Amino acid sequence: MLLSTGRDIRSWLNLIACICFSFLAVSVQAQEVADSSEATASSASSAMAEGYDALVMQLPAATYSDKSEIVLKLLKLQTPAARSVLTAFLEDSLYSRTADGKVFIGTEAEDGLKLVDAITLQAAGSEPVEGFEKIGTNNSLRKALRAAVAQFDLSSELAEKRAAAVTEMLRSLDEASAAALRAQLGRETDPKIKESISIGLALVDLDSSEAKTRLAAIETLQGSMNPDVYNRLKQLVTPDESGGYSELDVEVRAAALKLVTHMESMRSLYGAGETVFFGISLGSVLVLSAIGLAITFGVMGVINMAHGELMMLGAYTTYVIQLLMPDHIGISVLVAIPAAFMVSGLVGVLIERGLVRFLYGRPLETLLATFGVSLILQQIVRDVFTANNRPVQTPDWMSGSLQLNEAFALTYNRLYVVLFTALAFVALLLVLKRTTLGLNVRAVAQNRAMARAMGIRTAWVDAMTFGLGSGIAGVAGVALSQLTNVGPNLGQQYIVDSFMVVVFGGVGNLWGTLISGMSLGVVNKLLEPYAGAVLAKIFVLIFLILFIQRRPRGLFPQKGRAAEG
Amino acid sequence: MTSLTGNPPAGMVLNEESTAGRLWQAMRGDRGGQILLGILLLLGVAVPVLHLFVPENSAMHLSGYTVTLLGKYLCYGLLAIAVDLVWGYCGILSLGHAAFFSLGGYAMGMYLMRQIGTRGVYGDPVLPDFMVFLNYKELPWFWHGFDMFWFAMIMVLLAPGLLAYAFGWLAFRSRVTGVYLSIITQALTYALMLAFFRNDMGFGGNNGFTDFKDLLGFALNNPGTRIGLFICTVIVLALAYMACRYIVASRAGRVVAAIRDAESRTRFIGYRVESYKVWIFTFSAVLAGIAGALYVPQVGIINPSEFAPINSIEVVIWVAVGGRGTLYGAVAGAVLVNYAKTYFTAALPEFWLYALGALFVLATLFLPKGLVGLRSKVKDAV
Repeated sequence: MLLSTGRDIRSWLNLIACICFSFLAVSVQAQEVADSSEATASSASSAMAEGYDALVMQLPAATYSDKSEIVLKLLKLQTPAARSVLTAFLEDSLYSRTADGKVFIGTEAEDGLKLVDAITLQAAGSEPVEGFEKIGTNNSLRKALRAAVAQFDLSSELAEKRAAAVTEMLRSLDEASAAALRAQLGRETDPKIKESISIGLALVDLDSSEAKTRLAAIETLQGSMNPDVYNRLKQLVTPDESGGYSELDVEVRAAALKLVTHMESMRSLYGAGETVFFGISLGSVLVLSAIGLAITFGVMGVINMAHGELMMLGAYTTYVIQLLMPDHIGISVLVAIPAAFMVSGLVGVLIERGLVRFLYGRPLETLLATFGVSLILQQIVRDVFTANNRPVQTPDWMSGSLQLNEAFALTYNRLYVVLFTALAFVALLLVLKRTTLGLNVRAVAQNRAMARAMGIRTAWVDAMTFGLGSGIAGVAGVALSQLTNVGPNLGQQYIVDSFMVVVFGGVGNLWGTLISGMSLGVVNKLLEPYAGAVLAKIFVLIFLILFIQRRPRGLFPQKGRAAEG
Repeated sequence: MTSLTGNPPAGMVLNEESTAGRLWQAMRGDRGGQILLGILLLLGVAVPVLHLFVPENSAMHLSGYTVTLLGKYLCYGLLAIAVDLVWGYCGILSLGHAAFFSLGGYAMGMYLMRQIGTRGVYGDPVLPDFMVFLNYKELPWFWHGFDMFWFAMIMVLLAPGLLAYAFGWLAFRSRVTGVYLSIITQALTYALMLAFFRNDMGFGGNNGFTDFKDLLGFALNNPGTRIGLFICTVIVLALAYMACRYIVASRAGRVVAAIRDAESRTRFIGYRVESYKVWIFTFSAVLAGIAGALYVPQVGIINPSEFAPINSIEVVIWVAVGGRGTLYGAVAGAVLVNYAKTYFTAALPEFWLYALGALFVLATLFLPKGLVGLRSKVKDAV
């Protein structure tokens, strides 16, 4: 670490001085602070006598180089007001009144400038723009201002503000801000910010002229996965056109090379991890959309072509729920889950009662009839919600990503979909294994005639099974609404894929669907970098067409005499 | 199971040995087929006369649009026969026949593209416009030969035929049946659709082929060519119908029907079920390919959306509406449903999907034998 590597006396002094400086800054007179921090001051030289008021009053008349000196002095004063003035200066809203030269922070409003006195920070009413002159900035001044504001934020209570300040300061690092960062490193409590400071400082140290410092810096960078670090080190160990290296010291280069190799292997490992995660999240969507289909197919032997449209209904239910409770987007998704289950489940029961039961024993006709239903449902949705995609909002707790380190992040919406699929799967498993309904469903699936002979009302079981499968389709729709566009064609995009999952997994048990969905998802994502998304999908389809030759009834076929024919 | 044909084809006739004789026997008992051939003959004569020889201001004149539309319906009719042959007679519900149709269409389209020559926008003598646009330096290997009509016609038969043979050989040998087979035929056409949508496949990506100029030297926008294509379609449809009728009335056709009704039993009796299935599936795919090849020059465009799974399913509904297992019912269904589609998409566009959806539901619920079955039902009631 920074402190243990043994720096020269000067940086120690810097550190101590900085710490004193920041402790004293707010409470003690500006004069004294300026004196005690003499050691840090490299650019500011003589004119430290002025107080805050005087410095601000000098701004309007100063040249650009004077202005940057004033900025540095203001920074040293550490008066809270100074931050507001600097921020306003940076945002081009610092004005001087032509009449008396007083400085104000102004915001442009309809009736002229809304003024805030720059010294007292009291509101000073509104006045017309004509009587004021903007205090101008240029590029280098803005850079200095940004660094200055960041240094102010470094002492903020809020970790996020500090983190932002660190990032800002690292972008344009000079000796003064480096010193401030070193000081911050000593008292920073947040480990993440601490890490980014030490990485940033080590990157600066790589430019040092002393090989020892550079070596120490590389030591510090050990274990980081930051892409900037990687690029920088890579540059050190890559020969230029003439075969020479920008890094001359052999030892440093060897250390850098070791680190780069390590980072590369870690990066490819994380890359693979990320691909697998994407695959699993895609697989979860597939499982969720196929599992309802697998149940109806397994129990009743019919393919429900309207399954995709039932998912679409679930997605639209989410949209409607969000319209009904616009102030509670956060829980709207949770409310939508049972609502979508009910809506799609009910439509499913209607389809079964009104249509499928008349076509019992004619699976191909059922396929056609339910396809008709899917067309009608699509057109209904088009008529009610128009053909355009509907915006479904993502609640705050589902957006963003879980940053495990700089090279590995999992987006929350995908993570939740995976979790949600796991929950839905377990719930379904429990329903089928632990409830009377589940027992009946399994009995009918295994041997319809025998189940009937034992007194099970197969017609009722059929309706419930269809409702259950459709309800799960609706729930899948809620999940899809968080991942893709909600439009009338939502169902069609997923229907072929979910058929494939069912065909691959077989209808023998739910685990087949889980395994087949997950493996298809992962294989798809693994192929994508090599073949592109479309070709990957084509390969998977061809593989399935070939696979079905070897195992005509999928990975986990239904067993028993009833399964034949 | 009872035979689904309204009028059972002629029984075994032992004294008629020649092919023509057997066909004659098959057609003699086929009232629906006779009516169909009669209508086709009428169309083949009346349409050219009304289009070419009746003056344009006369009420009897048929516009070029109508001729093309009729030709399109007849192509669909041919496709429907192909589907009916496998579904109605062999029990194979193919949800992928649009793939064979489109492959035939693409083969024809490739020939037509090569015929454009220097008349394209970029004026390249060899490369079609889209290849120039996509920076192709030379013709991909699979485009060679398509400047010759005979080669393109062989490809019209071979491309869908080979695909169907390979697919059928794999699927039927491993006894993939029923819903599983339907689903993987759908996957087949879906995969092809995705593939043809890709620009680097060399088939024009999502724009497909269009802007055709001429066929065998005849300009496509010429009324004479239009009529020539129409007559071709009529003749091919009539021939295909008779060929299918001949097949289903033959001994092999009876085996095929037996497979539909009791596959295991047929196998145990000693027939090679999979050979029959592969054979009839391939034949049907070739018919579909021919339909596609006739369709493209008349409509003037072919693009990957023709592969869309919904198209294949629509074909099935034409057959279901007309009456499956009758052949002529399939043609009637294709023409009727497509006429309705043309009418509704122009008059009440938002109503069409309701109508089509309802057609699926009602046809399967109330018309298991289609309109052909309805006729005999009404007859019974009277």
